[in-house]
Amino acid sequence: MIIGKDQAQRYARHFVLKEIGAAGQKKLLQSKVLVIGAGALGSASIIYLAAAGVGTIGIADYDTVEISNLQRQVIHRKDRTGMKKTASAELSVKELDPDINVCRHDEMITPDNIGGIISGYDFVIDCTDRFETKFLINDACVISKKPYCHAGVVRFEGQAMTYVPDKGPCLRCLLGGVPSPEDTVTCAEAGVLGAVTGIIGSVQALEAIKYILGAGELLTGRVFTIDGLGMNTKVTSIPHPDPGCSVCGNSPSIMSVMDNRKEYEIRSCSL
Amino acid sequence: MIIINGNELDVSGKTVSQYLREANYTTARVAVEINGDIVPKSEYDEVVLNDGDTVEIVSFVGGG
Ligand SMILES: [Zn+2]
Repeated sequence: MIIGKDQAQRYARHFVLKEIGAAGQKKLLQSKVLVIGAGALGSASIIYLAAAGVGTIGIADYDTVEISNLQRQVIHRKDRTGMKKTASAELSVKELDPDINVCRHDEMITPDNIGGIISGYDFVIDCTDRFETKFLINDACVISKKPYCHAGVVRFEGQAMTYVPDKGPCLRCLLGGVPSPEDTVTCAEAGVLGAVTGIIGSVQALEAIKYILGAGELLTGRVFTIDGLGMNTKVTSIPHPDPGCSVCGNSPSIMSVMDNRKEYEIRSCSL
Repeated sequence: MIIINGNELDVSGKTVSQYLREANYTTARVAVEINGDIVPKSEYDEVVLNDGDTVEIVSFVGGG
């Protein structure tokens, strides 16, 4: 591919970075990243992927824009309430750069469709808002050997971690399984601040970009955490997968997400 | 002494479960690593913290 004059100007600040340059920019323009969830984390992830010139961005969400989303889901706009989040996110991407190819997946991610949806992408970003879906994404990515970036945010806290096949633990190594509803709170119940989701969503976009470029050190075998209120950040090194992990371990019991569908059913009730 | 998240604590002899409960962690949402290895959830009741152990505990949240 040839980088045109417009693109040379648009990515001038990338060209001077030794980790990107013209060759890295071509990689980004030819890459395909799937963002599951066009909410708060997704807003930051999607817009920074688009700005960086990730050529194809998949956006999966089944929800519509509501006015209560706008204090943190900065990719959406007041005049788009009632619109599919995927359509609203696509509009924002196209305003920033009409050359970015957006693939909309206007459906709920399920054990039946996730394999087909993630298969066309180089990297997956989990921007969903529940542990049930986060484990579905984790297991599907482990089983299809797809690198992905996990994250979660509630109140002023959040975490992010990147899974790369055979390079470090998966979410299930760390947590075992989906926590029960009594042990979790959702953003609707506990609240969440947009600026914190922006930090974590940006970390996720950065991980995808580093993966595509082969630059720097990913959050594989490491968990990034932030407490935005105390402004404490930390990277905890957890390098070794759990050999007994039921999806990525030595003798996994979860061989297909379809056979494990019960665990991904939403058990908590909230918005 | 045991080093937990960088702090020296006098909690040797306690199981992982006991320590997590006393320190008000939500067991289902933490990852525990002792001396570089993940402790599986199924072993929290049996694994005992010993003098000289280095422990990392990371809490996860599920929103997005
Ligand atoms: Zn695992």
